Amino acid sequence: MTVDNKHMQHEPLFRVVKRDGLPLKKTILIRAAAILLAFLFCGLIALILIKANPISFYEAIFNGSFGTQRKVWKLLKDIAVLLCISLAITPAFRMKFWNIGAEGQVLVAALACAGCMYYMGGHVPDALIIAAMLIASILAGMIWAGLPAIFKARWNTNETLFTLMMNYIATFLVAYFLIKWTPSGSSSLGELKFGHLPRLYNEYLLIILVVAVITVLLHIYLNYSKHGYEISVVGESEKTAKYIGINVKKVIIRTMLVSGALCGIAGFLIVGGLDHSVTENTVGGLGFTAIMVSWLAKFKPGYMVLTSFLLVFLDQGAAQVSQNFDISSAFPNVIVGIILFFIIGSEFFIDYKIVTRAKAKEGTKA
Amino acid sequence: MNKTIALELKNVSKYFGSVAANQHVDLTLYKGEILAVLGENGCGKTTLMNMIAGIYFPDEGKIYVDGEEVVIRSPKDAFRHGIGMIHQHFKLVDVFSASENIVLGVKDGKRFALRNVNKTVKELCGKYGFEIDPAKRIHEMSVSEKQTVEILKVLYRGADILILDEPTAVLTPQETSRLFDILRRMKEDGKAIIIITHKLHEVMAISDRVAVLRKGEHIATVNTQETNETALTEMMVGKKVSLNIARSEPVNPEKRLEVTGLTTVNADGIRVLDNVSFSVSSGEILGIAGIAGSGQRELLEAIAGLQHIDAGSIIYCDPKTGHDVNLRDKTPLQIRDLGVRLSFVPEDRLGMGLVANMNITDNMMLRSYRRGKSVFLDREKPKALAENIIKSLDVVTPGVTTPVRRLSGGNVQKVLVGREISSAPSLLMVAYPVRGLDINSSYTIYNLLNKQKESGVAVVYVGEDLDVLTELCDRIMVICSGRVTGILDGRTAVKEEIGLLMTKHDAGTREQEG
Repeated sequence: MTVDNKHMQHEPLFRVVKRDGLPLKKTILIRAAAILLAFLFCGLIALILIKANPISFYEAIFNGSFGTQRKVWKLLKDIAVLLCISLAITPAFRMKFWNIGAEGQVLVAALACAGCMYYMGGHVPDALIIAAMLIASILAGMIWAGLPAIFKARWNTNETLFTLMMNYIATFLVAYFLIKWTPSGSSSLGELKFGHLPRLYNEYLLIILVVAVITVLLHIYLNYSKHGYEISVVGESEKTAKYIGINVKKVIIRTMLVSGALCGIAGFLIVGGLDHSVTENTVGGLGFTAIMVSWLAKFKPGYMVLTSFLLVFLDQGAAQVSQNFDISSAFPNVIVGIILFFIIGSEFFIDYKIVTRAKAKEGTKA
Repeated sequence: MNKTIALELKNVSKYFGSVAANQHVDLTLYKGEILAVLGENGCGKTTLMNMIAGIYFPDEGKIYVDGEEVVIRSPKDAFRHGIGMIHQHFKLVDVFSASENIVLGVKDGKRFALRNVNKTVKELCGKYGFEIDPAKRIHEMSVSEKQTVEILKVLYRGADILILDEPTAVLTPQETSRLFDILRRMKEDGKAIIIITHKLHEVMAISDRVAVLRKGEHIATVNTQETNETALTEMMVGKKVSLNIARSEPVNPEKRLEVTGLTTVNADGIRVLDNVSFSVSSGEILGIAGIAGSGQRELLEAIAGLQHIDAGSIIYCDPKTGHDVNLRDKTPLQIRDLGVRLSFVPEDRLGMGLVANMNITDNMMLRSYRRGKSVFLDREKPKALAENIIKSLDVVTPGVTTPVRRLSGGNVQKVLVGREISSAPSLLMVAYPVRGLDINSSYTIYNLLNKQKESGVAVVYVGEDLDVLTELCDRIMVICSGRVTGILDGRTAVKEEIGLLMTKHDAGTREQEG
């Protein structure tokens, strides 16, 4: 079989080659470069689309989070709430149990918490209400997370679909109780008067401290406890887990209960410490953003502090941009999207490198 | 003889990260010849062939087909140049018939008509001596039939250069000789054939020339008639290796494990183990021989408490207390809690025996992490054990914190076997412990097993290389389709006898059908 020269194929223009594992320094360098490039690119987009001076554009992003003392506190509070939910889903994710139901788990905990405030408020001392709120929130979160886990362990149902469906149930449960609790049928509950968490300096500090403690505890749980080790083994290979005699079903259920309990605490903190009320929108998509936080940090609690900071910082910065330059609120989403694209894209260059045709010819011996 | 070059490789190299899989390889293949590519596992045979077949792209070097330089970027390109590869792991659609699989992906511009395909397939069968029913579905086929479909698939596309990657690994001796007849007929038809193998006697039987690879480099290509097995081994491993495995006489054998009437039925209702009975004594190595998938895995997993059992009993005789314990329907944890000192090196090292992404220390803990009442892990002892194993078994690794997936096959196996032996077992089961290992690593493993045997451990060894089985084991149990077809004395057993027992059941059913 001969091939005429017309059909003679050239070596591909570029190829993707797996890297042998980069030193830590280089991976940090690649990621930093990605963030820098992302901001430069965003500045360019802003210049073209809204004719913004790049300097004032970056200033606006920075001021969104650090402009005033109040903004700094809000930044820290938002990080704490997002981080708390991200920490909650992490044990399950380490087990490769794709729980996308944190949204519903936190919401149902928030509902349970608000329920305690609504029914017990005024009848018993605040301390008792708060204790009941905490327990009810944790239990609600555990039930919402535990059900899919039991079904997964028993009948191998798909946990992603199951937890997603549980989100809708939680939303409609909240809608139901809002109608029940508002006599006029306005469905707007307003601020509940009793069972507020104590203020420490301001309303944010307590939440920030609690989440900081949870971060450390979860780090220890995942890396230094026998439970955490079992989670890793089940996540890496169920076959290995069975081979060494780990009860996989038990680990799945137990881990999801831990996840659910943490989601419960998140719901408790949001309602008891911040909102003092509940709506269908109380969690506001944080349950999904948390997946990104956890994943970007490779399921490591320490790194999750950084990734949640990044996401909240971008969000507030983008909001500031849209305010300063008086443009559509869709623009901030474009900015966040671009920056995430660069960051996630940079992970590719950490695992792989591009070899071009010219390079391949000269440099293979290196 | 007038020889035309069909395929030529010049200075071909391929790197994976910093590892050179192939370095500056030159290879020439003539029309109408069978070239054997010989080398130890991991020497780069398959990588080299994958570059010819368009699966990998070479980092440097040139490939010529019929004297013209070609660039092969995909399997499709390879087919355009008349190159077809039959992979070790079949790539067939189970629910399709032979013909449907053969025609899948062929774009010849003709209207698709299965009848024409059947006709062409039948012609090919007649020409080269294949025996196959074009309408039979893949999932109803035996391994050798599936292989036939793979070869036909390549021929149907008009391949003139055929590459077979370890085609005999899954075949019985009888099936192998049938395959060789077919290959000879294709050769007479002018096809150029490359066959990858590491079985020396097959190289001698089938090939015209032998290309030997070692550590990714081409050592030499010699005419088969002018060489012998010893010379080839030397080229393959670089130095002379004695093929003798030491075998001591069992000392004070006592019954350690007695399996009676063990039967398990899988989800399809097939008896993967059918009334299996045998016993193992302390201080002996019991070999288990059989074609891949005859129930070896299920047997070991049943003993280890990982397999559902439908009938029979597994009695473990505790050397400390002298009591008998029935292991049937116990979980691995219950078996451990009963004080049964059972160690198991499974076939799937990185998927079952170890966690690929975890480091060596954490893999050491797999068996022992539960010890103690603390809720926290103790990493000190596993770390010491890891260091000890690295030192005593010469594991090549940057350190104890290296993930095991980064280690080479032999080192992975040393880590696994080292861990399993470290718990001082009284019963040790190993499945294909030297698969994919080079000769030196293999001998490390044989020596470890022999040491265990001498210290009074009952060893169950599932293997595939009959030469090793007959040299290492005290007794050899042969299984076929889940049944025990014979238990032989390892000192007197001959390979041909074992080979026959390995296919005894198949022969029986075939006669019944015919």
